[in-house]
Amino acid sequence: MKEKILTNVRIIDPSQTIDEIGNIVIDEKGKIKSIGKKSGTSKSAEKIDLKGLVAIPGLVDMKAFVGEPGFEYKENFRTLSQAALAGGVTSIVTMPNTKPVIDNVSMVDFIIRRGRDKAKVNLFPCASITRQMEGNQMTEFGLLKARGIIGFSDVNKTIQNSELMSRIMNYASDIDVLIMQHAEDYELAKNSCINQGEVATRLGLQGVSDIAEKIIIERDLSLLSEFPCRYHINQISSKNSLNVIKKNKSNGIKFSTGVSINNLSLNQNDIGEFRTFLKLSPPLRNEEDRLSLIEGIKNDLINVIVSDHIPEDEESKRLPFAQAATGSIGIETLLSLSLELYHNESLPLEKIIKCLTINPAKILKIDKGSLKEGSDADICIFDLEKPWVVKAEELKSKSKNTAIENRKLQGKVKMTLLQGEVVYSN
Amino acid sequence: MATEKKVTAIKNTPKHLLGIQNLSVLEAKEILTEAKSFIKLNRGSSKKLDVLRGKTQINLFFEPSTRTQSSFDLAGKRLGADVMTMNMGNSALKKGETLIDTAMTLNAMHPDIIVIRHQDSGAPNLLSQKVNCTVINAGDGRREHPTQALLDALTIINRKGNIEGLKIAICGDILHSRVARSNIYLMNMLGAEVNVIAPKTLMPKGIDSLGVKSFTDMKKGLDGCDIVMMLRLQNERMQGSFLPSKREYYEFFGLTPEKLKFAKKDALLMHPGPMNRGVEIDTKLADDINVSLVKEQVELGVAVRMACLKLYCK
Repeated sequence: MKEKILTNVRIIDPSQTIDEIGNIVIDEKGKIKSIGKKSGTSKSAEKIDLKGLVAIPGLVDMKAFVGEPGFEYKENFRTLSQAALAGGVTSIVTMPNTKPVIDNVSMVDFIIRRGRDKAKVNLFPCASITRQMEGNQMTEFGLLKARGIIGFSDVNKTIQNSELMSRIMNYASDIDVLIMQHAEDYELAKNSCINQGEVATRLGLQGVSDIAEKIIIERDLSLLSEFPCRYHINQISSKNSLNVIKKNKSNGIKFSTGVSINNLSLNQNDIGEFRTFLKLSPPLRNEEDRLSLIEGIKNDLINVIVSDHIPEDEESKRLPFAQAATGSIGIETLLSLSLELYHNESLPLEKIIKCLTINPAKILKIDKGSLKEGSDADICIFDLEKPWVVKAEELKSKSKNTAIENRKLQGKVKMTLLQGEVVYSN
Repeated sequence: MATEKKVTAIKNTPKHLLGIQNLSVLEAKEILTEAKSFIKLNRGSSKKLDVLRGKTQINLFFEPSTRTQSSFDLAGKRLGADVMTMNMGNSALKKGETLIDTAMTLNAMHPDIIVIRHQDSGAPNLLSQKVNCTVINAGDGRREHPTQALLDALTIINRKGNIEGLKIAICGDILHSRVARSNIYLMNMLGAEVNVIAPKTLMPKGIDSLGVKSFTDMKKGLDGCDIVMMLRLQNERMQGSFLPSKREYYEFFGLTPEKLKFAKKDALLMHPGPMNRGVEIDTKLADDINVSLVKEQVELGVAVRMACLKLYCK
C-alpha cells in the first residue's frame, strides 16, 4: 500500500480532544502516521482532498446482530459489513443469539473464521453469559476469552436469578471479562410489547412499566458493590433508570451504560398505528424519557450509543404487533441519526462522536476509536450538512426493517477507510 | 489435681473431639505422637490390642463415606472395642426422628464412644450435649473434619520430619470444604504457612481472617509450597452456577505436572479422596508415587483414629 494523505479535512477525535482542519497521513502499513494542521505531505504519497468534510475515527458499534449462523436469510457477515461501512462503522461487537447460540469454544472458532473470510470490518464477537441464554449456568468465561471473545451478553435476555448473577460477577471479576446485561424483570414484563402508558392503552396492547428495567439495574448495581467486575448495562430507556445510575455513580460504583440511538431519537408516539418496525426492546418510551436520556449523555451517565442493529425478515414483522419480532436495523443510519441530535442542538458534536468511538473502545479495552499516531487508520469521513431521506430499499442490510423509513436526515458518510484502505465511498 | 502424677493434655479437657478449633497444640501433638506408635502395629502381622476391650463404639454416619467409616471401624476393632456402624441415610431419620431423639435412644444402650458424620455443621456439638459418652466428629457439614487434618499432619511429619516452617497450599472448593477448614487450623497451629487457592466463587468470604493467604491464581498460590493439598470438587457444583464447567475448572485449577512446577521442586501432593481424575487432578500425577501421598494418607488414617479413640475414650 502506498502512503496516503487526506488533506483539508476537519478532524474530530475526542480521544485526543482534537477538532481542527488539517491533514491525516497514513503510512504504508495502514497506520496513522500523523494528524493535524502541521501534518506534512510527501511527494510520493497518494493525496485525497476532503475539503468541506469531517474525519472521525471509525465508529465502534457495541451491539449488532449478524445472522450467521442460523439466520442467514436475515443478515450475513458480508451484508452486515457492507451496511456498517456505508455507515462509517469499522468495528462491530456481534451478539451471540445465533442458532446455535455462541456459548462454547467451537462456535467461537467458527464465527471468527467465517467473519474473517466474509466480512471487511473489524469484528468483536460476544458469547452468551449463560448456556443457551437460558439464565441457568454460566458459560466458560475463561476459555472463551482466551479464544477471542470480547465480552458476554445474553442479548435481549436477562439473568433473573440474583444468586447466579452474583456468582457471575464474582467469577468475572477475577478474570477481567466484560458482562453486558439487558435489564428487564421477566415477571413485570410478561406478555408486554410496548411501553406502559397512553399509547399502550390506546392501542390496546400489554405495556411494561419502566420499573421492570429499573429493578434489575438496582439489583445488579447492589451486587456490583459487593462483587466489582466489568459491568455494562446494554441499553437503558427511561428517566427512572437514569436516576438509579446517577445515584450509584455518585456512590462510586464503577460501571458503564449504553443507549440505543432509537431511544434517543424516537418516542412511543412514533409507533403510530401498530408500526412493528418500532417494536423494540427496551421499548420506546415517552418524550420525557427521551429527553432525559439526552441529558444522561451530556452528564456522562450514559457512555455509549449503539445501533442495536436487529435485522428481521418481512415475515417476522408482518404480524399483529404483539406477535411481531422485536428490533430494527440501524447500523447504516447510526451516524446520520446521531447527527440529528447535533443539528437539533440536543448535543454537542464532540460528545456524540465520543459515544460512538473512544468510549465504547475503552469499555471493550480495544485499541480502536481513536486517530492517535500508530493506531489503525480506521476512519469515517462524512459530510456534516448533506440532507438525505432514508429509503429502506437503498440500505445495504439484507433485511429492511428500519425504524426511520422516510426520515429526513442531515449528514451522510462519504468514505470509510479500514486500515488505510478505502473500503467504502459514494 | 496435685496428687496426679502423669498429667497429659487430653485428660484436662472435655472428652469430645469436635474440631481442631477446640484443640490445644499440646493435645494435637499428643494425638500425633500416640498415632506414630500405631503405624508400626498396623504394618505388622498381629494388629490387635485390648486397650478398648469391653468398650462399645457406635459409628453414626448420616452421610455416605467409604474411607472415614472403614477407617474408624478398623481402628476401633484393632483396639479391641465392640464396634457397631449405623448408616443413617436410610434409617430413623427417614421416619422423622430428630438427631436428639436418635442420640437419646443410642445413649440408653450405654455406648462409650459415638463417632458421628453429619451433613449439618454443628451436629456433633449438639449430640455431645445430649449423651454421656465420648463424641468424635468424623466430619460435620462444611465445618470440621478433625481426624482428616490430623492424619494429613501425620503424613506430612512422616515425610518431612516436621510441619513447622513448611508452606502448605490447599486448593479447590474451599467454600464447601470441612477438610480445608480443619487443615487450616491445624497446620497454622503447628507452625506452617497456609495458602488457599480457589476460584472466587468457591472462596468463602473472610477466609483471610483464619490466618491464610488467599489466591485465585495457581501460579501465585503454589509459589514456594512444600505441600499441595487438592480438594475434591463435588460433581453437583461443577455444572451448577458456581463454575462454568469441568473443562474450565481443570484448565485453571486442575493440578497438572506443569502447574505443580510452580511449587517447590520436592513438593508433595495430597488429596483427602475420593478423587475426580481429570477435574481437580491429572490422573498420572495422582498415581505418581514420587509425588503423591494419597495412599499413605489412607494408611495413616487408621493410626490417627486409633490414637483418637484411645486418648478420648475414658
